[in-house]
Amino acid sequence: MNAVTDTSPSEGPEHSAPAPLDLERAYRESQVGQVLDSLERDLVGLAPVKRRIRDIAALLLIDKLRGTLGLSAGAPALHMSFTGNPGTGKTTVAMRMAEILHRLGYVRKGHLVAVTRDDLVGQYIGHTAPKTREVLKRAMGGVLFIDEAYYLYRPENERDYGQEAIEILLQVMENQREDLVVIFAGYKQRMDTFFHSNPGLSSRVAHHIDFPDYSSDELLAIAHLMLEQLHYRLSADADAALRAYIELRRDQPHFANARSIRNALDRARLRQASRLFERRGAPITREDLETIETADIRASRVFAEEGAHEH
Amino acid sequence: MRITQGTFSFLPELTDAQIRKQLEYSLANGWAVSIEYTDDPHPRNTYWEMFGMPMFDIRDAAGIMGEIASCRKIFPRHYIKVNAFDATRGRESLRLSFLVNRPPQEPGFALVREEGPGRAVRYTTRAYACERPEGERY
Amino acid sequence: MNATVAEQKRAKTGSERYRAGVLKYAQMGYWQPDYVPAATDVLALFRITPQEGVEPEEAAAAVAGESSTATWTVVWTDRLTACERYRAKAYRVDPVPGSPGQYFAYIAYDLDLFEPGSIANLTASIIGNVFGFKPLKALRLEDMRFPSAYVKTFSGPPTGIVVERERLDKFGRPLLGATIKPKLGLSGRNYGRVVYEALKGGLDFTKDDENINSQPFMHWRDRFLFCMEAVNRAQAASGEVKGHYLNVTAGTLEDMYERAEFARDLGSVIVMIDLVIGYTAIQSMSRWARRNDMILHLHRAGHGTYTRQKSHGVSFRVISKWMRLAGVDHIHAGTVVGKLEGDPNSVQGFYNVLREPHNPVDLQRGLFFEQDWAGLHGVLPVASGGIHAGQMHQLLHYLGEDTILQFGGGTIGHPMGIAAGATANRVALEAMVLARNEGRDIWNEGPQILAAAARECTPLRAALDVWGEVTFNYASTDTPDFVPTPQVA
Repeated sequence: MNAVTDTSPSEGPEHSAPAPLDLERAYRESQVGQVLDSLERDLVGLAPVKRRIRDIAALLLIDKLRGTLGLSAGAPALHMSFTGNPGTGKTTVAMRMAEILHRLGYVRKGHLVAVTRDDLVGQYIGHTAPKTREVLKRAMGGVLFIDEAYYLYRPENERDYGQEAIEILLQVMENQREDLVVIFAGYKQRMDTFFHSNPGLSSRVAHHIDFPDYSSDELLAIAHLMLEQLHYRLSADADAALRAYIELRRDQPHFANARSIRNALDRARLRQASRLFERRGAPITREDLETIETADIRASRVFAEEGAHEH
Repeated sequence: MRITQGTFSFLPELTDAQIRKQLEYSLANGWAVSIEYTDDPHPRNTYWEMFGMPMFDIRDAAGIMGEIASCRKIFPRHYIKVNAFDATRGRESLRLSFLVNRPPQEPGFALVREEGPGRAVRYTTRAYACERPEGERY
Repeated sequence: MNATVAEQKRAKTGSERYRAGVLKYAQMGYWQPDYVPAATDVLALFRITPQEGVEPEEAAAAVAGESSTATWTVVWTDRLTACERYRAKAYRVDPVPGSPGQYFAYIAYDLDLFEPGSIANLTASIIGNVFGFKPLKALRLEDMRFPSAYVKTFSGPPTGIVVERERLDKFGRPLLGATIKPKLGLSGRNYGRVVYEALKGGLDFTKDDENINSQPFMHWRDRFLFCMEAVNRAQAASGEVKGHYLNVTAGTLEDMYERAEFARDLGSVIVMIDLVIGYTAIQSMSRWARRNDMILHLHRAGHGTYTRQKSHGVSFRVISKWMRLAGVDHIHAGTVVGKLEGDPNSVQGFYNVLREPHNPVDLQRGLFFEQDWAGLHGVLPVASGGIHAGQMHQLLHYLGEDTILQFGGGTIGHPMGIAAGATANRVALEAMVLARNEGRDIWNEGPQILAAAARECTPLRAALDVWGEVTFNYASTDTPDFVPTPQVA
C-alpha cells in the first residue's frame, strides 16, 4: 500500500501512468445504488428481473465512464420490453427503471407516463397523430410505458389507426433517443407476435426482460408487505387460510399475481370491518382493529367454489 | 423596422438552446406553455392563432421544442410567440411571452391621423403588410 | 410599580368613571391589556415617545382616546352611547428595541367607527388630532391592519397589475419608464420630442413630473397633444403599446376631470395624479379611471414630509396600504439602490404590501400585522430616482418582476442621445431577466451579464462607461427595528 502512495518527487505527472478511473466514485455519485438497493428491498422475488436491471445499470455506468475517455459506442439503445403476466410488477419496475435512467443521466426528468392504446390511437382520420404526439410530449424527459402494446397492431383491420401511432413512435424512438425511453409491456406470447409483425419496432428495442409469475411463498410475502403498509396483520390461522387461498386462486381464471392478492386483501378488510361492526356494543381493542381473522379470509368465494367441487 | 413585442425582443434572436432554457424555467414554475402565430402584428391584435392547445402536464422542454419546430416549418414567414401561463389565483395570466420567429422583412406600420377640432387628432396604426389578404402578407 | 401608578392604569367603572373632572386616559378605559382584538377590528401600531414622566401605557391610552371617542375631560354624554364598544383600546405596549424612551403601542378600533370606503374618514380618526397631542414628544403611525369587512368597502386599484400587463401585452419583465427632464421649462413641442425618443428607443412609459401641470411655458392641453403624437409615433415605430403618464393634477377636481377626459379622448392608456391632491380627490380619480378603463398613476409628492423620520409621522407602508384601498394602479415606492431614501427591508415591505394578495407578519420588513387583501388588485410599485442600467441585477434582485423601473437621468442623459439611453436600459433589463430565468446567479454575475450584453449593444456599453460605478450609499433614516439593517454597497 505504501509503495503506491509514496511516489518520489522527481517523478513528474507526464511520466506517471494515466490515473485509474474511479468506478466506485462514479457509482456513488450517480446514487444509482440507492435505487437498486430499494428495488432489492421493496420487491419480493423477481430475481431474474433484478439481475437484468443490475446488468443494464452496470452497462450504462460503464458506458458513461468510457464516454469520459472518448470511447463512445454511440448513444446506447435504451428502449425495452417488459413481458409477463398481469400483476408481476412490470409497472413498478418501470418506475424504478425511470429513476435509474434519470440518476445515470440518460433521461432528464425521470418521470413515467403509463398509457394504453386508447391514449395513443384516435377514432377518426387525423385524430391519432395529435393524440400520440400529445402523449409523447408529456413523456419527454422520462419514460413512456405502453401497457398491452400489442393492441396497437390489429392485422385483421388494415386501416386500423394503430399503425399510425406505431410509425410516430418509431420516428421518435429513433430520432429523439436523448429525449425519451419507451418500454413496451404485456403478455409474453402476444408481445412476441407483436414484435415479429413489427420488425422496425423490434430492432429498436434493446432489452427484453421477462417477468416470471410469483411462487405461492412469494405471494404470501407480498401479502405480508401490503398488510404491513396498511397497519394490518394476519392471525396465525388467517395466515394459513391465506396460504390455502393462494393455492386455490392461482389455478382459477383471471389470476393476476400480486394484483389478485391486493384485491383479496381489500375484500378481507371489508369483511373484517363488517364483523367488528356486527358486534358493536362489546369493547373493541386496538388488536381487534389490526387483525384479520381466519373468517375474513375463509368467507371468500374461492373457498365456496372449492366446497362445491367436493360435493 | 423590427417589431419589439415580447419579453426579449431587444436581444439578438434567441437560439434554440436559449429558448429551451426559458421553457425549462416556465415548466419548473408549473406554467403551461402555448404557441401562437400571426401575420397581423398590430400591437392590439390580442388573439393570435393558437398552434394547438396550451401544453399542460409537460415535464420536459423537448416536446415543446418539437412543436415550435413544426410551427416554424408550417409558418416560416409568420410571427410566432411562445407564452407561459400561470394559473395561480390572483395571476391567472401570462408570465412570459416571447417571439421565436419573425418574417425576414418587416415593413412596419403606417400612422394614420384624422384631424379633429381643437387640434385634436385621432390616431390609427395600420400594418403595411395587412394591405394584402391573410396568408399572403410576408 | 407602586400602588398609585397601578391604580392610575386601571379602568374605573360605573358612576366613579363618569364623575365630572379629569381622569387619566387609562382610567377612562382606553388601556385594556386583556383585550383580544376581534377579527373585524381595525388595528394600528403607533411608535410613541412620551414626555418625561408620562407612563407608556397612559400615553398609549391617550393615543387610543384621542384617535377615537375621547376628549380631555369626562363627558356624561358618553353614557348615551355604546361607549365601551366605540372606545379604541390600547392593548399592548412594547419598548422599541434599541431606542430608549420609544414604545410600540397596539391599538384596536371597532369597525363601526369608520365610514365604509372613505380614506378621508379613516385618516381623520387615526391621524386627525392625535399627532399634535402635548403629552407625547413624538408619534408615528407604523402599521395598520384592515379587516376584510373593511377592505371590501373599497374598490381598490382600477386596473391592477395583471390587467395592466394584459392591456399592454407586456409580460415577464419589469416595465421601463422615464420622467421627462428638465422637469420644468420645456415647451410642449420640445417635451414631446423627449417622449418620442425615449419610447421609440425602448421604454414602455414616459412620465410627467409631479409639478408639471399647466404653467406659462407649457399649457396642459398643448402638452397632452404633443405627447400623444409622440406616443402614437413610437407605437407605430415599434409595434408595441406605449404610454405617457399625463399628469392631470390641477387646482380643482373639475379641472382634473376635464384634463383626464381630454387624455382619454386622445387615446392615452394612462393618467397621473399627485399624492398632494388629497385622499378624497384620489378616490374620485380612481372612480373615474375605473369607469373609463384608464390606468391611474400616483406620484407620492410630499410624502417625505411625514414618512421619513422614524420618530414622528406616518410610515410609507401605511400610505401604501391606504393607497391600495383608495385605488391607484402605480405608486412610487422606492428603489433601494437609487438617490432617494430607502432601506432594502423597508422598501421590500412596501412592495409586498402593494403587490401581494396576502401579507404575513414580517417584522424584518416592518410588517407588524397579517393583512389579507380580500381579492383587491395589486398596485404596481414604481422605482424611480437615481437608478441606471448598471444596477439592473440589483434592481431585479431586490424589487422582482412586477415593478416599473424609471430611469430619468439614466435615459435622457445618455451620451448618445435619448433613444440610445432607452435602448441601453431595455437591453440591460432583457439580458438580466433572460439570465435569471436561465438560473444564473444575477446578484454575483450581474456585472458580467451586463458586460456580455454590452458587447452586442453600443448604447449599453456607453451607459456602463458613464454610470457603471455611480452609487448612492448613505445611511437610511427609516429602517425596521428588528434586525441590523444592511446597506447596499
